[in-house]
Amino acid sequence: MNKVMSSAQAIGQLRDGMTIGIGGWGPRRKPMALVREILRSDLRDLTVVAYGGADVGMLCAAGKVRKVVFAFVSLDFIPLEPYFRLARQRGDIEVMEIDEGMYLLGLRAAAMRVPFLPTRIGLGTDVLRHNPQIRTIVSPYDDARELVAMPALTLDAALLHVDRADARGVCQIKGPDHYMDDVMARASAKTFVSCDELVDTTYFASPEEARYVYWERSETTGVVHIPGGAHPSSCNPLYGFDVAHFKDYQASAAAENGWAEYMSRYVGDSEAHYQQAVGGLDAIRTLPLPTY
Amino acid sequence: MATSDYTLAELLICAASEAWRHDGEVLATGIGTIPRLAASLAMLTSNPDLMMTDSEAFLLSEPNPMGPRPADFRPQYETWMGFSRIFDNVWGGKRHAMVGPTQIDRFGQSNISCIGDYAKPKAMMLGVRGFPGNSSNHANSFFVPSHNTRVFKDGECDVVCSVGYNPARLPKGYTMEELVDIRLVVTDLCLMDFGGPDHQLRLRSLHPGITVEQVVQNTGFPVCIPDDVVTTPAPTAQQLEVIRRMDPHNLRAREIKDNPPGDRSAR
Repeated sequence: MNKVMSSAQAIGQLRDGMTIGIGGWGPRRKPMALVREILRSDLRDLTVVAYGGADVGMLCAAGKVRKVVFAFVSLDFIPLEPYFRLARQRGDIEVMEIDEGMYLLGLRAAAMRVPFLPTRIGLGTDVLRHNPQIRTIVSPYDDARELVAMPALTLDAALLHVDRADARGVCQIKGPDHYMDDVMARASAKTFVSCDELVDTTYFASPEEARYVYWERSETTGVVHIPGGAHPSSCNPLYGFDVAHFKDYQASAAAENGWAEYMSRYVGDSEAHYQQAVGGLDAIRTLPLPTY
Repeated sequence: MATSDYTLAELLICAASEAWRHDGEVLATGIGTIPRLAASLAMLTSNPDLMMTDSEAFLLSEPNPMGPRPADFRPQYETWMGFSRIFDNVWGGKRHAMVGPTQIDRFGQSNISCIGDYAKPKAMMLGVRGFPGNSSNHANSFFVPSHNTRVFKDGECDVVCSVGYNPARLPKGYTMEELVDIRLVVTDLCLMDFGGPDHQLRLRSLHPGITVEQVVQNTGFPVCIPDDVVTTPAPTAQQLEVIRRMDPHNLRAREIKDNPPGDRSAR
């Protein structure tokens, strides 16, 4: 089966009002080229589910978002994502603000095809007050304890970025953390994966390579080959996140007409335009890895 | 040997490291420069059984120094510890985190989400992050670099992100102590805990040169003041040596406004 497609073909399968999961974590290994393809599209009213970074901020800035399901939206070294902050403070978007671990449980419930998973998380907090749709249950066993029934976060589509993939959708993440991308792929009806390198299936023949594959190819719907496609987020070990670009992006949020200028200067009409505007693939590939 | 030449940041690192002294084998997480250095100091001195991450995706058998490291530096990895496994650890309870909330109320509930009306916040901050799960699963301590009535606020937090000792919010089937475990509260003025009557916030020690009145005036609700309030001990030469090794670029100097000396009594 050949799952290779263009980013326009992948994003063309999304519809207004869909619930879209976006992989990665903050400024780390985000499928930003696919996000930019959404920015260039007519899609709207999306519910975005993410351990958020600039993916969430940009989609909010572009008016693509009806609702954000999040635990945080942050660029790490810039703790508060500037465009998400603006959208939130203007009251532009609905939110489902939940704990980072609840979010994992919601994805797991969807992946396991159960309506909820029980947890202690959220008890006694305003997560329950601000999300009345999240119910509690009482343990059916002798302890009779109240528990939060974290509902399944079922996704219409997931967008992920990986180091490399083959045409059949075998995806490898060589970086130190695959985050919740594997669970997100399982929680989603369709999963579109951008990859820095498109490789032959024989690449994975060695167990040393195969062990960095975190889900089966049956979870992958489409493979989009976009070298540097995580920029300005990182794709450790291939490249770090682009500190200078993020600072520029942050400054744009404080400038009059800043988003329109960011869109025309960087996002443009194609990924080729974008990569030229940020200095080319060679510049992306030499971005240093962050020190934590 | 205690020394008299130390900064407030160094005093706070040493004081905060006491949070983990008696914890045994748990994951010590310090969010921010001073809590991270405090956890590192504890692991290297008072409690070598602690576990610590590289703040990315591995556990380390020795803490990494802060900031840029020489090219030949080799972290002492112990096991993979990506975020999904952090949650496995959190839900099992073998962790003690020190975190820096924007608001803390009289119940020990805390807020890092937003300030003001929830639908249209005056200031959006981080979001609840891991606070709900951390607070109902494992021990937590607080670090407050500027002790004032905006942080220690009257009434409840604008968004209750972490569960506290609030009887009105106690879910069915739990005792307060089964659900909530708030340990040390470290501020630029003093050390406190929630060990007063009915888990009231209680003063434990005053930093050198600080008065009880300063603490009372800068806290938006009543603090339990015991008869025997001591002075926070000065760092020892050994502690300062470890801190300098873990923070070779002196990032700690930027953490407290104007990097004041540790002893603020009139000289």
